Amino acid sequence: MSSIHTRATDWLKQLESGTCTSAEITQLYLDQIDRHDGTIQAFLHVDHEAALEQARDIDKRRQAGKPVGRLGGLPVAVKDILCSLDQPTTCGSKQLEHFQPPYDATVVARLKQEDAVLIGRTNMDEFAMGSSTENSAFQLTRNPWDVERIPGGSSGGAAACVAAAMAPLSIGTDTGGSIRQPAALCGVSGMKPTYGRVSRYGLVAFASSLDQVGPLASNAEDLALLMEVLAGHDPLDSTSAPVDVPSYTATVQQPLEGLRVGWIPEQFRSGLDPEIEAATQEALDVYRSLGASVQEVALPHARYGIATYYIIAPCEASGNLARYDGVHYGYRTDEQSMLAELREQQLAAATPTDVESPLVRMYRKTRSEGFGSEVKRRIMLGTYALSKGYYDAYYLKAQKVRRLIRDDYDQAFQKVDILLGPVTASPAFRIAEKTDDPLAMYLEDLYTVTANLAGIAGISIPCGFTSESLPIGLQLQASPFQEEKLLRASYMYQAATDWHSRRPDLT
Amino acid sequence: MNEPLYQVIIGLEVHVQLKTESKLFCRCSTDFGQPPNTQTCPVCIGMPGSLPVMNEKAFQLAVKTAIALDCEIPEFTKWDRKNYYYPDLPKGYQISQFDLPMSCRGSLHIEDPEGAFEPKDVRITRAHLEEDAGKSMHDEVAGKADSSIDLNRTGTPLLEIVSEPDLRSAAEARAYLSELKLLLTYLDVSDCNMQEGSLRVDANINLHLESPDGTVATPIVEVKNMNSFRAVERALIYEAGRQWDVWQETGQKLGDVPKQTRGWDDQAQITRGQRHKEESSDYRYFPEPDLVPVRVSAEEVAAIRTNIGELPAAIRERLVADHDISSYTSEVLVNQGRGVVDYFVQVAESCGDGKLAGNWVQQEVLRTLKEQETQIEAFPVASSELADLLGLVQRGELDSSRGKEVFVEMVQSGKSATQVMQEKGMESVDEDEVIQLCQALLEENPQVVADVQGGKQQAVGALVGKAKQQNSNINPGSVRQILLDLIQKMS
Repeated sequence: MSSIHTRATDWLKQLESGTCTSAEITQLYLDQIDRHDGTIQAFLHVDHEAALEQARDIDKRRQAGKPVGRLGGLPVAVKDILCSLDQPTTCGSKQLEHFQPPYDATVVARLKQEDAVLIGRTNMDEFAMGSSTENSAFQLTRNPWDVERIPGGSSGGAAACVAAAMAPLSIGTDTGGSIRQPAALCGVSGMKPTYGRVSRYGLVAFASSLDQVGPLASNAEDLALLMEVLAGHDPLDSTSAPVDVPSYTATVQQPLEGLRVGWIPEQFRSGLDPEIEAATQEALDVYRSLGASVQEVALPHARYGIATYYIIAPCEASGNLARYDGVHYGYRTDEQSMLAELREQQLAAATPTDVESPLVRMYRKTRSEGFGSEVKRRIMLGTYALSKGYYDAYYLKAQKVRRLIRDDYDQAFQKVDILLGPVTASPAFRIAEKTDDPLAMYLEDLYTVTANLAGIAGISIPCGFTSESLPIGLQLQASPFQEEKLLRASYMYQAATDWHSRRPDLT
Repeated sequence: MNEPLYQVIIGLEVHVQLKTESKLFCRCSTDFGQPPNTQTCPVCIGMPGSLPVMNEKAFQLAVKTAIALDCEIPEFTKWDRKNYYYPDLPKGYQISQFDLPMSCRGSLHIEDPEGAFEPKDVRITRAHLEEDAGKSMHDEVAGKADSSIDLNRTGTPLLEIVSEPDLRSAAEARAYLSELKLLLTYLDVSDCNMQEGSLRVDANINLHLESPDGTVATPIVEVKNMNSFRAVERALIYEAGRQWDVWQETGQKLGDVPKQTRGWDDQAQITRGQRHKEESSDYRYFPEPDLVPVRVSAEEVAAIRTNIGELPAAIRERLVADHDISSYTSEVLVNQGRGVVDYFVQVAESCGDGKLAGNWVQQEVLRTLKEQETQIEAFPVASSELADLLGLVQRGELDSSRGKEVFVEMVQSGKSATQVMQEKGMESVDEDEVIQLCQALLEENPQVVADVQGGKQQAVGALVGKAKQQNSNINPGSVRQILLDLIQKMS
């Protein structure tokens, strides 16, 4: 049996050669979860028996010489925002605490079809709104590199479980940086694919035009393996693109000849942590040493990214989250006490019509009690921005800026193959450090939101550590549907460095 | 001078359920009348993570209708979310179309065959596609005030057809609705059943009046809850009168008060103010990010256009021109639908007499269909058989009253005209034979001859009865004429 830090692609080789079984691997990771998740709290839900049963079934089929899927018995952790048939899918919200969807997300169905062992559901900021996973209604996930710090978010559990070797592969979602930022803060690799590359069917929507599902793992090769399974058109999602999926695993090890790398000077000026700046500059040197050409590139409208994002995402969220009204499923306020309260108020009121109807009261109480404050803040932001008289000034203006950001990228990608820069301005911060400052929290996405607004692909890979031994992430971005380029560029870098192989000390 | 007190201004919003097998954004069945909440899936009940996928057939039916309404079909159209809370709207928003509807600027021609109003083209502002909401059923028995929600209807494709305020009377509004329904029936895009809710009408109405300050308008009222065309007509007549009364009482003009919604109470025959659901509702429309915009090519529009077939207005003209029937008869036939028109044309062409065919179809056939509550497709007398019968009548082998007897028998038995005649022992009678019979009768009844000669023409009736007793196949009308002719010769 190999070490828990074995790469997924290597596990797969061992599984195929018969030197180990899926049940053994699954047990190994379950043991790691048992040992460390009490502290890290990356998982909201782990079903040991179901995982092992799935693993044994795959082993049986493999031993019988029957066909086995491309993930052939590898454990995969899934962010608790992707619907899974008859499994809890909470989205980190009290609103969906007891919700069990009667269907699989397309991504989950593909994982099952390719024989992934679904080892557990990972913690997240409520409805993917947040950058620290502190907005989960259920638990606080800790950064495996320093348990006094946050793992990033919203896919904090997804990144932390890979960093703590509680799963070799993990699925996250990224609306403004929610895969790349926690990957950077936890020292793992994570990719946000092009908008439309991976089906959103069964991904509980936060901001539909920005949300995208993507893989997290310890290295680029493993990302390639998982991406191959996730990517592709889905007839159930009309925004998924009918674009062929190349074999990422077949090419990931091939270096890119004549790679042109661009960097954006402005990203190195605006309050970037000096240690992160140094690590990013070193990464540029690595690419130079690998034969890449490096040049400066401008994204003039990128500075409006955060402002644009915090109009569009809340607007869409205000619509997407309207369905949590307590009528058809999910949390509903206690009706008895609600009606009693209402009766009292009606009796006290000058005219009974001054008091809202039971239906409106039910909506209001259900939503007040079921959502956390960040979600409520964004619903209110979005509702306001879409209101009569404000639409043009906010939503419409934001859409125009979004177009300009996309145009900037299009121009940049005429000159370079990939854009290189930081993922975050600073490393993982301490728990509760930014809780009272939502704007500071929003700036966590400063370097990542533009990829979502433009719909392009982006990846975060480890590129160093701070003096406090906190991981630093490197962001690479490429034009739409150039995931292959990102994976190959990442592999080149990881073949030349060992930042991605460093592990936190979990004691 | 008898100037009208006011001018009524009416615009109609018609929601039509399109005749698709599955819903607009999922594959659930659209069948009416199934047990509650059995035709639902994660998409139409708005489960978290579910996504809509457009039903191409629904879009094509909408384009077909828009073409028939002479609308412009833009190349680019998109979906929008209309946000509001209601328990029968499970997503908390309706997928509709806001600023770029799939069609706009059309028209529908209306006229009244009896000339009740001047013919006119009613402008269509727009027609757009949207999803239907579910149905709320309120059970207010014993103060429980329970409400149930049936989501079977949720997501059924609806075409909303909005007219300009071009209608000037309740009669025009009714004519517009009848013509629209007829058009939709010919297009075969909707069942147009108001009882089942596959066609729903809301009206916007106000009055323009002359005052010392020039023309003024009364506040616009939206009238809802009208469940038949008749109800629409009555509600609009009532509402116009009500607005006149309110104007006289308060002098309130357009803009003085917020737009009001009133519901038609069919029992009381009045409109009642409805409680404002969302005061000056703000639906916060924004583009639906879960659906891609739709691009409609000129080729697609052309392909749909070629499949539309002939429409009522053109058929009316053709029937008059080709078959020599009155425009009234043509109107009646066309209003019955494509099946009756086809039936009539077959009969007219087979028997070669459009007028005769028109009269028979309009009177006998339509009356029988109505009595038997059946459709022309299920009518037991095939068009060729009716044509055979009319041939007998044309040649004088059957008089029309005996022809009608034969027709009734054909309807009942499904047999051909000749079969019925054989079984009933009906034969055509030689005219010489009838003359001989008449002469014999006159000789036997001199008193009748005298009476007729004395000016009592009706006295001949007794002899017609006797002739009929002696030969049941004779035509009473011609016997009467022969008798009268013979008596005249005798004098």
